[in-house]
Amino acid sequence: MRLLPLIASAVATVGLVAVLNTQLPSGASKTPKLGYFLSPQHGFWKNAEKVDASFDASIVAGELKGNVDVYMDDRLVPHIYADHDEDAYFVQGYLHAKFRLWQMDFQTRVASGRLSEIAGADKLSIDRFFRRLGMVYGAEQTEQYINENNPVMKATVDAYTAGVNAYIKQLAPENLPLEYKLMNYEPEEWTPKKTYLFLMFMSYDLTGRSASADLQLTNTRDYLGFDLFDKLYTNQQDSLDPIIPKGTVFAKPSIIPVKPAGSDIAYLKKQDQNTTAGKVSASPEAPDKNNGSNNWAVSGTKTKSGRPILCSDPHLGLNLPSLWYEVQITTPTHSTYGASFPGSPAVIIGFNDSLAWGVTNAGRDVLDYYELKFKDSTQKEYWFNGTWQATTNRQEIIKVKDSADVVENIAMTHWGPAMFDKFYQNPQSKGRNLAVKWTGHNASTGVETFYKLNRAKNFDDYLAAISLWKCPGQNFVFASKSGDIAIKQQGSFVARWDRQGDFLMPGQDSSYDWQGIIPNEENPMIKNPERGFVSSANQKSVDPSYPYYLGTASSFPLYRGISVNKRLRSMDQITAEDMQHLQTDNYNVFAEVARPALMKFIEPNKLSPDAQRMIKEMTNWNLYNNGNEKGITVFKMIWDSVEDAVWGDELAGSPIPLTKPEAYVLLDQMNKDSNFSVADDIRTKGKVETLKEQVNLGVENATKKLVALEKDGKLKWASFKATRVSHLTKIPALSRLNLPIGGGVNIVNATSEAHGPSWRMVVHLTDEIEAYGLYPGGQSGNPGSPYYDTFIDYWAAGKYYRLLFLPKEKLVAHERTKWHIQFTKA
Amino acid sequence: MKNIASENIKFIVSILLSALMGYAIGIYGNLPWWSFVVTNFIISIAMNQKPGKSFLSGALGIGLLWLVLALVIDTQNNHILSIKVANILPLKGSYIALIIITSVVGFLLGGLSSLTGSFVRKS
Repeated sequence: MRLLPLIASAVATVGLVAVLNTQLPSGASKTPKLGYFLSPQHGFWKNAEKVDASFDASIVAGELKGNVDVYMDDRLVPHIYADHDEDAYFVQGYLHAKFRLWQMDFQTRVASGRLSEIAGADKLSIDRFFRRLGMVYGAEQTEQYINENNPVMKATVDAYTAGVNAYIKQLAPENLPLEYKLMNYEPEEWTPKKTYLFLMFMSYDLTGRSASADLQLTNTRDYLGFDLFDKLYTNQQDSLDPIIPKGTVFAKPSIIPVKPAGSDIAYLKKQDQNTTAGKVSASPEAPDKNNGSNNWAVSGTKTKSGRPILCSDPHLGLNLPSLWYEVQITTPTHSTYGASFPGSPAVIIGFNDSLAWGVTNAGRDVLDYYELKFKDSTQKEYWFNGTWQATTNRQEIIKVKDSADVVENIAMTHWGPAMFDKFYQNPQSKGRNLAVKWTGHNASTGVETFYKLNRAKNFDDYLAAISLWKCPGQNFVFASKSGDIAIKQQGSFVARWDRQGDFLMPGQDSSYDWQGIIPNEENPMIKNPERGFVSSANQKSVDPSYPYYLGTASSFPLYRGISVNKRLRSMDQITAEDMQHLQTDNYNVFAEVARPALMKFIEPNKLSPDAQRMIKEMTNWNLYNNGNEKGITVFKMIWDSVEDAVWGDELAGSPIPLTKPEAYVLLDQMNKDSNFSVADDIRTKGKVETLKEQVNLGVENATKKLVALEKDGKLKWASFKATRVSHLTKIPALSRLNLPIGGGVNIVNATSEAHGPSWRMVVHLTDEIEAYGLYPGGQSGNPGSPYYDTFIDYWAAGKYYRLLFLPKEKLVAHERTKWHIQFTKA
Repeated sequence: MKNIASENIKFIVSILLSALMGYAIGIYGNLPWWSFVVTNFIISIAMNQKPGKSFLSGALGIGLLWLVLALVIDTQNNHILSIKVANILPLKGSYIALIIITSVVGFLLGGLSSLTGSFVRKS
């Protein structure tokens, strides 16, 4: 009788298949389906690309109007030559998908609150945050607006979408990107809405810090009281070197925002009123405070060639696959090159055959919270202008992997979505009902700005293109072959009264509402200034004579702008190479001022031997944040410890984290007033600590940490800072860790731990454009490709690639051109 | 003597058939990754070997197939991906361990599916 072995063997086979075909729990996450994942014909092995693979291909696509030739250069940058504009965007979509599909899918999932669908209930709090902030709502407004009013943009985004989908359709299951196999899900169709969601995510990344900062600042103000708050979080920046040079006379404002009567009591000093506490939920990490950038342009009067040079390096989270994808697009209407966003058509930062442009974040406050009073727990009515107004209910359904759907009911009000209410709270919202009002919610034709910049021929075209730009507000720098340079801060900016929107605002009457959007003509701009350069580095764009309030000073880093302008003023006979050196410059202008200020208070004789040794290390330092310097590590640790000693006591008692004052506040106090009363440790009764005592205490505290770092061999700046470029899933094996690179916060080379120059570009506007650039990543999003992280080492070393921007005949014949992808209609 | 020789030929043919059919059905990415279980099962019924030999021929057929495929792919890729995956799994970045595990999975499942087939005739 062999039936028994048959059954036993069959059960064993089926059982093993089942186990190897299941995602097994592994810590907080799950393994891939191991059998599938390991199968050389289905799993990850299929993603291991031949190192000498050819990218030649011939693709037939019925959606095309004509033929398109794509030539790939040796860095895998596609040069798209199309006979029709829409075909070019179709192919751009196709190539984005071919090299970055998973990333496009993942980023739009984050933006639209759909992570739980693939990763389970763990991600629910992030999804709820984005849903309630109105990310999907905003994308819907844009989609509807473009569909109804802008046939050219609709056709552009539709062609791009068709290109993405043409790639997805032909994608065999075994060739799915690695991450799908790891996380066990499949791509879905691309839609125009996903493009708008991606752009919403950029709005969030660059203006969404207010979504947490306004809460935190309010809590800090409530905790300290307004007077002390105003001292520690002053909006006054004495050393400011604004984007528009000081002393520029601004036009008379067309809107004069009026501060509501009684707002000093009702708004600025308002005590918090706890309402019923809702379910406390963790929020995703707030956008990085240092999301910013540098850009500048120098006119021919300052360059060796007599032609302008434009530079742009956006500072963002450093990820793999990179946010950026290089591309050249050439059609009969235009020819452009630069960094594009996988997820959106057109070139975002780049140049064309007439001019170049770049962006930095404006940092202006365009997101506010309004505190609501609901009639009852049904949240169907709220008190507004003396009557009960009806809310409308917006329902969003969050699908959750291996679990039931979660339904978000969001009460929509005059202000916007009621983000925080009885259903949703975080530790900072403290039980309040808060509606969010954000320019990001408004329909936006942002894509059209880039579409038009790609085609712009001169200054007027540039101005017309950027005038359409709404959110996130940006400083658009410009330089043309014809010799013009300019910079304009552009976006939908709220005409604010002083400190309007720094804190949560009363939402019961319209007097606290925005009183208008500043007309484009009144947005700060300069063209061809006497000094021969324009620049921005996220500092305040204007001095206090500008008639509108910009937002809390903590949104405007001070020192990078000072550094850039100081250098540009002193430079002459500039070459493209000089500009590369400036972009990668590590000089620490903050330490230049802060080190002597510290030394004024430090009493070396009274310090421990270790501390004395560290002080020596710091004073011998050359003020450059180079990777091999130790002095910067010592300086940073000492400065941080002194800040802790000075502010720590004031902020220590709060159960929730409060905002730390900006570094320049303490520095100004050290230089001005050594009897700074805040220096006293309020926890020690009957003793008044002086600033001197606190500084020396800070030095000793820092020394303990520094000695430990020294033992671990981590005193050198690059090993201390440990810059990394992380895969979007944060899986270390797919990331690049501990990169040998200097720089940091306040430095032109703004490379900190996980954040920094995400695309460096230098464009010399000679007859045949001489452009250089790179981003810390690679053109392929596939971790199994040799092109996955190609540029990272070069980027860390501060080197640049010469960008190939050529007409078709020249490019085809160029020695760096490697492959040809031919798209034909039939 | 003759019998043993033909048994040996049968054994080798079984291995080759397992590998060949396993590879052929694996080309179809829409079919599940474990489709070779079915081909092995059928081959085993047709070849009618003793359970032990049947297991071994199925195991070697798929195990060697997966070993060779993984080796070829990995060599052409300069271990770029295998080292990363061997850090995720976690195999301390050893691509050799990853290749061995890959072929062991093929070996076990290939063997079990052929073994099951061998009992069909005998039962």
